[in-house]
Amino acid sequence: MPTRRRATLILAALAVLALASIVLALMAGSMSVPFSEVCSALLGEPGGVAGDVVRKLRLPRALAAFACGGLLALAGALLQVLLRNPLADPYVLGISGGAGVGALTAILLGFGVAGISGSAFLGALAAMLLVFGLAHGDGSWTQTRLLLTGVIVASGCGAAVALMLSIAPDDKLRGMLFWLMGDLSQATDPQLVLIVLAAALLVCLPFARELNLLARGADMAQALGVRVSLLRRGVYVVASLATAAAVTQAGSIGFIGLIVPHLVRLAVGNDQRVLLPASVLAGGSLLVVADTLARTVIAPQQLPVGVLTALIGVPVFLFLLTRDRQRR
Amino acid sequence: MNATTPLLHTDQLTVGIADKTFCRGLELTLRPGERMAILGRNGAGKSTILSVLAGLRAPQGGEVRIAGSSYSALGARKSALIRGWLPQARGDAFASTVLETALVGRHPHLARWGWETAKDARIVRQALAAVDLAALEQRDIQTLSGGERQRLAIATLLAQAPQLFLLDEPIAHLDLKHQIAVLELFAGAARDCGAAVAMVLHDPALAWRFCDRALLIYGDGRCESGPTSEMLTEERLSALYQYPLQALASDGRMSFIPR
Repeated sequence: MPTRRRATLILAALAVLALASIVLALMAGSMSVPFSEVCSALLGEPGGVAGDVVRKLRLPRALAAFACGGLLALAGALLQVLLRNPLADPYVLGISGGAGVGALTAILLGFGVAGISGSAFLGALAAMLLVFGLAHGDGSWTQTRLLLTGVIVASGCGAAVALMLSIAPDDKLRGMLFWLMGDLSQATDPQLVLIVLAAALLVCLPFARELNLLARGADMAQALGVRVSLLRRGVYVVASLATAAAVTQAGSIGFIGLIVPHLVRLAVGNDQRVLLPASVLAGGSLLVVADTLARTVIAPQQLPVGVLTALIGVPVFLFLLTRDRQRR
Repeated sequence: MNATTPLLHTDQLTVGIADKTFCRGLELTLRPGERMAILGRNGAGKSTILSVLAGLRAPQGGEVRIAGSSYSALGARKSALIRGWLPQARGDAFASTVLETALVGRHPHLARWGWETAKDARIVRQALAAVDLAALEQRDIQTLSGGERQRLAIATLLAQAPQLFLLDEPIAHLDLKHQIAVLELFAGAARDCGAAVAMVLHDPALAWRFCDRALLIYGDGRCESGPTSEMLTEERLSALYQYPLQALASDGRMSFIPR
């Protein structure tokens, strides 16, 4: 029985987890900062080098990681409902593929960080419009058709990415690979992604119960009073923009968008009123922790964070899956 | 709405897909308390016509009115307070408990930010009890049998509490006992609560027993509707199913046996 009280408890617990992950990210690194100094740095007291490291380097990066993780998990949860397919993730509709083509083109052409981000966002937007236009061509709209169009566009983008990698000069190859695997080391300004995350969540929450119905079938939802075609378009646009914003900031980080909504669903059930905000908090926390590990495990060298999200996500997911089977 | 406003009324309704027409110029009126059976061969267009009646699909011509208004004038939410639609069984993509699934039926009664209240839970538990599912409240729907799934869909519809029930094969997958129980349930809703029921059935004997009207869909655009006593005859049903049937009367009931 879904109640407001249960939802509040779950979300409060996850908010604590998210806070803890961010504090951990601020403390850990090549120079470890004790908890008390993290607190004083956050309160704005000048704390010398430690204060600068926390405020200027680690905080923006941790917040960017949280926002990107939250956006990817939200987009994944939305697309799983839209496509009524638990295997859907934010990249299934070719959005990260489009962003990848944009970003790699910019890297090949020698653009700076801003140019790469702008180009990645344009690529994501182009892929989104292409898939929507093709899947929607004759006005009909089925999940299978949308999914197939997305998969085809994604594999086309994959081929373009492989082509660019094979002709790229050696000195650019490493940067391109890091972008493709997901990398937060360039994330210095988290403001925009945080705003996108807040906006996306605020737009979705009023429609959460209608999304519950959509997950059970479009005609059933319509019979119970949901304006299905409008809702589906809205979900598509919000999920696409959320993915595009995250990919632009952090490259294509895998697994968060697929695994986090699943984890949350296994733990708290499939009520979108809880699932959507809980996915944001859990996805954000997971990416913050993964990014902290990525820059500390073999410091001073940094690992691509996408590899770590997969390494953390896969065993946890498999554990929950077997536990769920035993319970039945 | 007063007592004489029909719950369902169609005006010159034409339904078809692409160039195949299932019914042409159909005039139907269903008042509170009336139960109508929809009969026809596989692929004759019964489900398509029913989804047009439910406002889920646009007709090729004509108009459908529920409780005196068109679907577009009412909007999706208000329509859902008047008419309920039972689709044919399908799979579920996500795990969920029986209770949560039936609670979905309360959606049109809740405000945008509203959560299900104790009253909603009570209504849903009554609906589950009415279809014999009370003991399975916490079961995962993906572990249910076909018949249990069908009864859960019916409970969800009862929780929605509409006045007009549009049922697509409500007794599919059900055992004999539950077939009769479910038909009694909807007959009771019509008799005691003034609901109107239109249902796709495949057994003319059950249609004769539980309905007072019948709509025959021949699949070539011809449709006939009228009282069951006129519609459910050997000649008409044999023509409808394109197979000779024999009518047998016993204990004041009719049954129809393939020759």
